[in-house]
Amino acid sequence: MSEVDTTTNAGQLLAAASGGRRRLGDRVFSRTAVVAAVTILALLAGVAIFLVAEGFPAFTAGASELPEGKSFIDYAAPLAFGTILASLIAALVAVPLAVGVALFITHIAPQRLALTLGYLVDLLAAIPSIVYGLWGIFVLGPAAVPVLKWLEEKLGWIPIFEGPASATGRTMLVAGLVLAVMILPIVSAVAREVFAQTPRKLMEGAQALGATRWEMIRMTVLPFGRSSVISGAMLGLGRALGETMAVTIILSVSGAVTFNLISQANPSTIAANIALNFPESSGLAINALIATGLVLFAITLVTNMAARAVIARQNHE
Amino acid sequence: MESATLTRPTTLLSGGLGWRRRAVNITMTVLITAAFVLALIPLISLVFEVAKRGIPGLSLEFFTDDARGQIGGGGGASHAIVGTLVITAVASVISVPIGIMAAIYLNEYGEGRLRRALTFFVDVMTGIPSIVAGLFAYALFELFLGPGIRLGVMGSVALSVLMIPIVIRSAEEVLKIVPNHLREAAYALGTPKWKTITKVVLPTAFAGLVTGVMIAVARIVGETAPLLVTTGVVDSMNTDPFNGRMQNLAVYAYNEYRSPGVFKQAAYDKAWAAALTLIAIVMLLNVAARLVYRRYKTEIR
Repeated sequence: MSEVDTTTNAGQLLAAASGGRRRLGDRVFSRTAVVAAVTILALLAGVAIFLVAEGFPAFTAGASELPEGKSFIDYAAPLAFGTILASLIAALVAVPLAVGVALFITHIAPQRLALTLGYLVDLLAAIPSIVYGLWGIFVLGPAAVPVLKWLEEKLGWIPIFEGPASATGRTMLVAGLVLAVMILPIVSAVAREVFAQTPRKLMEGAQALGATRWEMIRMTVLPFGRSSVISGAMLGLGRALGETMAVTIILSVSGAVTFNLISQANPSTIAANIALNFPESSGLAINALIATGLVLFAITLVTNMAARAVIARQNHE
Repeated sequence: MESATLTRPTTLLSGGLGWRRRAVNITMTVLITAAFVLALIPLISLVFEVAKRGIPGLSLEFFTDDARGQIGGGGGASHAIVGTLVITAVASVISVPIGIMAAIYLNEYGEGRLRRALTFFVDVMTGIPSIVAGLFAYALFELFLGPGIRLGVMGSVALSVLMIPIVIRSAEEVLKIVPNHLREAAYALGTPKWKTITKVVLPTAFAGLVTGVMIAVARIVGETAPLLVTTGVVDSMNTDPFNGRMQNLAVYAYNEYRSPGVFKQAAYDKAWAAALTLIAIVMLLNVAARLVYRRYKTEIR
């Protein structure tokens, strides 16, 4: 592929003509670039291959050899459930909020402030997840306890608020909320970008017809940005699925499979389970943890690819 | 969006605007503003709490001592700070050349299937959960060095998996905005392509490349999960990434929280102090990246 690119450039054609064959420097440099590209593909293939190789023994091992004496499916299913539950809570909370933040920055805040405000929200993405974890368990958790109590008393008839309310705040709801804060900047960054690109003629047309600012947003900005917001939401979901430390620290786990979001007994997530158990595990338990990592990899891969597909289709239109 | 000029005609007509439409407009404006304010509350609370709880743990000892033999409230995190620097530096040494060369490939050379594959898989790579990157590094090294292996360089490899796609993406963006007429001018003078890239394209993009690398470092310097499974936990100073366990700030903070020992509050103080140090490093990198870009960026027309 490096031989033919002379055709793309008249200048280079000249250079090639004067030098006769391609110069040594050119060959070395373009080879190096290709090697870098191939290395990255090999690295990614390596990730998949090594995870499969190290995870495989767990797929075939008998129940008695695996942690908790369960077959791999029984071991991994509650974890996958917890992972998806926590991420869905995060996405449900973060996406509407992120759309609001993006609308505020692009269409409501004074233009001069917009850049700075956007930068502030982006700062949320720069904070390490361990800090979110500490904040979740020492600050948000305790602060949430009265709210959880209230939810149990007033809304206890809804299964997700059945309780008994946790006295520490180490619940699925709080973990989901912290994840929501963590993915908010990703979703809002995507939404912001597309909202800012809404064609002026559409917005001005709406306003010329007498639309209020909200009507203008509802009729032009939101429809224009819809598919980008969906893909941004999926990217955020992918991030939440793989988030480890915040959940590891905040969530009090029992392995229960339940939709009850405010109690002390919660399913763990795949990532948190690995972080909690990996340091002290050995033998087949390690293989089992790596196998769950492979499952997580697969789930996030599907989510991210779906998000990219939405983006690609929209670029196509 | 210069809405000031745009809304004027509407307000002129607002005599005819029904109270209902006006009420909806105001309600939604308030709701949207509230969403923004709500989103800022965690940020403010986080920064405030980390500062408040982190400062008591910051002492000279925190930066000069390690934690060896400290069962009491004493000891510091110097081993973790040094470990963070070493692990991050090694990760950068792996990621930056590969990442920038791959970006050069994508922007200057690439075509056909390899280019499409690389673009696609870099996207895939950005989505790899950090813990999975850690498991990969463990699985890789375990194969050669046996089970239970923990090394500083394993952490660097794990972090590289996370860092490479960030470096590529930002470098690609920067190379893209180097104007083509610069390349064409170099070619017209008979400059070979590789010299055009190294002497014209890269210097033009230099500030942007440095900024991108700094942002990438800021993104990985606070990673915990991949290091928890690769570099292990240790109490004493280790500066050799190829020999033995190596502590770092994020895992240190996690460990002080998780196994506080007898002097609980002292351990929590140290966890918060480590968190504060990490945030300071991340913010410093972000601000420095901005300054570098502003100060050294080449004017491109």
